[in-house]
Amino acid sequence: MTDSSDNRKMSGRRRFLLVTTSVAGAVAGVGIATPFVRSMMPSERAKAAGAPVEVDIGKLEPGMLLTVEWRGRVVWVLKRTPEMLQNLEKLNAQLADPDSKREQQPDYAQNPVRSIKPEVLVVEGVCTHLGCSPVYRKDIAPADLGADWLGGFFCPCHGSKFDLAGRVYKAVPAPTNLVVPPHTYLSDSRLLIGSESKESA
Amino acid sequence: MSKQKKSLLEWIDERFPLTATWKAHLSEYYAPKNFNFWYYFGSLALLVLVNQLLTGIFLTMNYKPDAGMAFASVEYIMRDVDFGWLIRYMHSTGASMFFVVVYLHMFRGMMYGSYRKPRELLWLIGMAIFFVLMSLAFTGYILPWGQMSYWGAQVIVSMFGAIPFIGDTLSNWILGDFMLSDAALNRFFAYHVVTLPVLIVVLVFVHIIALHEVGSNNPDGIEIKANKDPKTGIPVDGIPFHPYYTVKDIFGVIGFLIVFCGIIFFAPEMGGYFLEDNNFIPANTLQTPDHIAPVWYFTPYYSMLRAVTVNFLWIDAKLWGVILMAAAVVIFCFLPWLDRSPVKSIRYKGPYFKTALTLFVISFFVLGWLGTQAPTPLYTLLAQIFTVIYFAFFLLMPWYSKIDKTKPEPKNVTK
Repeated sequence: MTDSSDNRKMSGRRRFLLVTTSVAGAVAGVGIATPFVRSMMPSERAKAAGAPVEVDIGKLEPGMLLTVEWRGRVVWVLKRTPEMLQNLEKLNAQLADPDSKREQQPDYAQNPVRSIKPEVLVVEGVCTHLGCSPVYRKDIAPADLGADWLGGFFCPCHGSKFDLAGRVYKAVPAPTNLVVPPHTYLSDSRLLIGSESKESA
Repeated sequence: MSKQKKSLLEWIDERFPLTATWKAHLSEYYAPKNFNFWYYFGSLALLVLVNQLLTGIFLTMNYKPDAGMAFASVEYIMRDVDFGWLIRYMHSTGASMFFVVVYLHMFRGMMYGSYRKPRELLWLIGMAIFFVLMSLAFTGYILPWGQMSYWGAQVIVSMFGAIPFIGDTLSNWILGDFMLSDAALNRFFAYHVVTLPVLIVVLVFVHIIALHEVGSNNPDGIEIKANKDPKTGIPVDGIPFHPYYTVKDIFGVIGFLIVFCGIIFFAPEMGGYFLEDNNFIPANTLQTPDHIAPVWYFTPYYSMLRAVTVNFLWIDAKLWGVILMAAAVVIFCFLPWLDRSPVKSIRYKGPYFKTALTLFVISFFVLGWLGTQAPTPLYTLLAQIFTVIYFAFFLLMPWYSKIDKTKPEPKNVTK
């Protein structure tokens, strides 16, 4: 029998056929998978939803928090009192990113108070850890948050803490400050969330 | 009649190996004769799987996977569908009991060294079943679209967002939207009722085939196949699975069903551990409940997730938490190679292993309890300490198992 020598002679050709059919098969596999994988991305309808939201903040009292929904996310509008603003600076040593160096806000909010108007804070109420919505705790030095608590946001899910400018504390699970969404003022009391252009939606 | 029956069986056997399969897996599958209490949980897991599949089919007949209708459809099942409450409670209690029996089944394997050679692959297939089970539990918990469904899913999906570079695209791909919404509920329903059940059934089948190839371990951790009767070739310490263990397992099933029915009829919510209070409130995308915790079977891992509060190297605390949580589950897969003890069973292992396993069980329970509590600085510290103990059990095993003072294994199985 000449089987073994025949096999050896054939092996180059066989290997070539094996490799080409395998490669072709793999390409076809990726090709077939593409529409299925793509079908799972956000649909055109999901992409289209996401228009900016207009909010009237004229009636917002100092210390009051307004919750707005934008793109299905929680956005807070907080009118801060002068004491609250004064307290922000005292906390710098306890914060992970007191100067907002990481890009969690548009340029116009990259300042010590993280807002356009110092008293009005606009942030997404979405914890930068795992997406829970923190709780607004304006009470000073409550029993559960410690004597040096000067008001802020506390995430009940994993215990992350943020100050009243949405800046994250050190040694908590959340890595970054709360996100400031794009926003602008159409007039003194009309706030537009989700767009920086003055031409209202 | 009897002749006809026999010929029918013969007719089938010529076309399908019915008798041969029956013999190979039941009447002539020889299992060690010293199985104890801990050996109930494999067959009980199978029972719970069947319960989940059956009750699940009937739940889909009335459930609506639509963010606007899901919560109401579950309440409709509970209130208006005849016996809907029973079917749903069988399914929800079954989910928790699935984890109870699987955790005990895994603990049995850890006690008696069932993951050791030649059962490494069997153990890995079992781990794959465990991963699919966790996915099933997660996707199933989302379906009622209550507050815990929503915020629990939010937390889990955000974990994928922690992966550098591809995180955001990946979580959009998982959700089918830029946030957790109807699109995600609809596809998690598809996973929960089609993809994952098919996977788990196939894996359970493969698990049993692998078990019957290598043979069952036993509380003494010795190989019964090493000691066969020279005439028959049957292991001296083996008894046929059927009828001996089918009868024993039926006894276990009766005991299990008493407990199971007790829970269904008297404590289906189990004080908020099986069905959480907050999940009786429809999902509110604008408000996280004040206290959020996963269902009890995920709490040990959840504790580890939030135990990490320090950035380390170039990776931030958030990603470390996710890595640690994943590692805590995956690390079981390495047990066959971490254990260097000359003996398999805890009966012949020394004080180091016994202490380590005890500490591991304690840390599992403490972490589990901490995961149900709201985070405070003290609890976070405790979680950190017990996370270290949890991992030390695995990572130090190559050393303590090697230098441990073991006892010699017997030649035959003992009582």
